This record gives sequence, C-alpha cells and structure tokens, in this order.
Amino acid sequence: MSDALSEDGSDINQDDSQEEVMTPAELIAKLEEAWLNEKFSPELLENRSEVVECVMEQLTHMEANLQRVKKGDAKAGFHRMEIDRIRFVLSSYLRSRLQKIEKFFPHVLEREKSRGEGQPSLLSPEEFAFAKEYYANTETYLRAVALKRMPPNLQAVDMLKAVPEPCLDSFVFLRVKEQQENILIEPETDEQRDFVVDLEEGSQHLMRYRTIAPLVSSGAVQLI
Amino acid sequence: MSMFDQRVPRLCWPEAVSRFVSYRKVNGTALGSVQNPLMVRFRFCVFQEDGVRQVLQEMEALYEQNQADVNEAKSVGRADLIPSIKLRHCCLLRNQRCVVAYLYDRLLRIRALRWEYGSVLPANIRFHMSAEEVQWFGQYKKSLASFMRSIGGEEGLDITQDMKPPKSLYIQVRCLKDHGEFEIDDGTVILLKKNSQHFLPRWKCEQLIRQGVLEHVMS
Repeated sequence: MSDALSEDGSDINQDDSQEEVMTPAELIAKLEEAWLNEKFSPELLENRSEVVECVMEQLTHMEANLQRVKKGDAKAGFHRMEIDRIRFVLSSYLRSRLQKIEKFFPHVLEREKSRGEGQPSLLSPEEFAFAKEYYANTETYLRAVALKRMPPNLQAVDMLKAVPEPCLDSFVFLRVKEQQENILIEPETDEQRDFVVDLEEGSQHLMRYRTIAPLVSSGAVQLI
Repeated sequence: MSMFDQRVPRLCWPEAVSRFVSYRKVNGTALGSVQNPLMVRFRFCVFQEDGVRQVLQEMEALYEQNQADVNEAKSVGRADLIPSIKLRHCCLLRNQRCVVAYLYDRLLRIRALRWEYGSVLPANIRFHMSAEEVQWFGQYKKSLASFMRSIGGEEGLDITQDMKPPKSLYIQVRCLKDHGEFEIDDGTVILLKKNSQHFLPRWKCEQLIRQGVLEHVMS
C-alpha cells in the first residue's frame, strides 16, 4: 500500500468496533467487495457500516498525511489519486444503496421492520431515518396533491402494492470464493425440472440471483 | 402490476383520462419544453394542473353516480345496476392509478435533478414545478444533506460528487460562460471568463462541469 498509510498502520489496528485486526489493504479489499456486490445485486444487501466508518477514518488519516508532504513532491500526486479512488469507491457504494432504498422504499422499510432479533440489520440508523423521511415526504405529497381530492374510498394508496418489488430472478455474474456443494437450482418453467450443481472455488457463473442470495451475504460468492 | 408501473392497462377510456394520458406523453417527449438543454435531457414539462383537475372532477362525477345507483340498488333491489356500478368503480381505480403514476414519475425526475444539477435549481426549472413539488424537493434535499453529513461520524461525505472514477489529477477545461473568480486549494484565484482555458484539479471542476459552466477539453 502507499507510504501515507504505512505511517499510520498502527492506528487503525486499534479500532474498537472491529473484532479482527485488518491491514489497510484488507480494509480496502473489503470495501471493494461490498461495493461490487451492492452494485450488481438487484436487492439491497446488509449494511456494512463498520467498513464505511473505518474507510472514512482511513481517508482522514491520508488527507492529514498529505498536508504534511512537501509541496511539489511527486509522491503527493500519487497519494492524491489514491485518496480520490478510494473516495470514489466509497461514494459509489453509498449511492448504490441510497438508490435502492429510494426505488424500493416501502419494501425496504417492511423488511427492516420484520427482521428478527439478532439478525444483522439491513439499514444503518442514518439510512433508516432517510428511508422513513422519504416515505413520509412522498406520501404527504401524494395526499396533498391528489388523494385528498379523490372519493373517500380511494384516498389511501397501499405503497407496498404500488411500488414495484426488486426482481430477485434477474441473472447475475458471480465468482465462487468458497467451494459449494449441492446448490439446488429451481426450474423456471413447468417443462424444466430442478437440478443440483456444485460450485468449484474460483469458477465463474451466470445464475439467477434468488438461487445464490444467501451465498452472497455469507461471502461465499462474489458478484462481478 | 404495480401502480407506479408505466404500463397502465387499457380497461376503459373515460374522456378526461384519455386527454390526460396524452399529457403524460407530452411530459415524456419534451414537447412544449423550454430550450434549456437540461430540460430536454430530463424531459420535464410544466405541471399539468388542468389535466389533474379534470381527472379528479371526473372521478367525483363517477363516484356520485355510483353512490346514487348503489342506494337505488339496495332500496329498490335493482340488481341490473350492479354491472354499471362495477364498471364505474374500475374507471375510478384506473383514474387513481393514472394520476398517482403521473405524479410519482415527476417526483423521480425532480429527484434526478438534485443529483445531476445540485441543490439550487435554476428559475426556469422551478417555474415548471408546482408549489408542492418544490416543497417535496426541499424536504428531499434536506434529508439527503443530513444523511451525507452523518457518514463516517465527523464531517460526512458529499456523495453527489465523485460520480465518475478518477482518471487523472488535473484536467484541461474551457469556460463556457462567465463565472467570476474561482479559488483552488492552494489559494490561487482563477478568473473564469468565457472561452478561457485552464488546467485545474479535477475534483474542483466536477460540479461546474455538470452545471454547464466548464467544459472538459480532451486533447
């Protein structure tokens, strides 16, 4: 990794919110995995706010180091580019999530509400607040402009039925990180029958998202 | 099929709705839009107050007819009125769906304006929005701002920047209109005069390029 990071290598390892200790390279690799998964998945994935927080800390460290570098030093350019790249990946990751939250807002809120105790949360607290505000804002607008002027029995709109759900049957490309045995592929049409495949480590496939959704959240496959 | 789906079924065509659906097509094909390139790109037209009002009036009329028929069917026992009651109810549901789809579609375009253009919209775009839409936009950008401020726990992160992967540190830009003085990180001040060219840090120029003030010159 870059010089700017190695000076602070000891600091990030003492991050309390994480159970394991990560090098900066591993952290950025984790961010990129989360980013690609979120980009290519049709539905919103579990939130990785611990990764986001660590990366933000990293960026602050790097910017601080950059201030200390002599003006006109060639290395400054490389560090600047690296900061820009990491910031782009982080922004793109958060944008993907926000776009999916806005697109599927009633379903996302419903999933979060019906999540069981002890299950990891889908939305960070800030994303949850944003989703609720978006829902309230849109509902207030529709009511004020049209719904309240409609006949009494038509003044409510069921958002869960009105807003389309994410299409979990869309196809995604994936690379297998951990060997998987006996994955059941359900038939798409009545003429087909279901069958079972084994996923070899390192192989790449094109499959329906619904079949491998649990493998994405466990980290066994990576969407590409 | 969901309500916000653009493909509304052709179950029945009460007259106000058919006129109104053509207003939606107007919204989609940029007819009647001002020659603002941003408007053409977003295919955003004036809010069709009249169209919406006509559909709502038609809904009121249909509902009243239905109420009358329902009362008559119940009191006098005229079961032959039931098919027309059902038909009017289907028309009412379709009207509701058309109106809500139109309004929601506009909200999505307005939302896109925040991301493409910024938090201050030019006057000619605001002119095309209804008062309630302006209010929705204000509330949306407030929610977005407080979300962005909360990222990472310190100052936050402006995720409306860095829309494209960074290719180079500095880029050559040409000024398309007079924008006055512009300060870059190391303190130097550049005068952005129309047709002048500058070699500036990419991250400072992104916003101005999107707003149409600067143009990226690729040699």
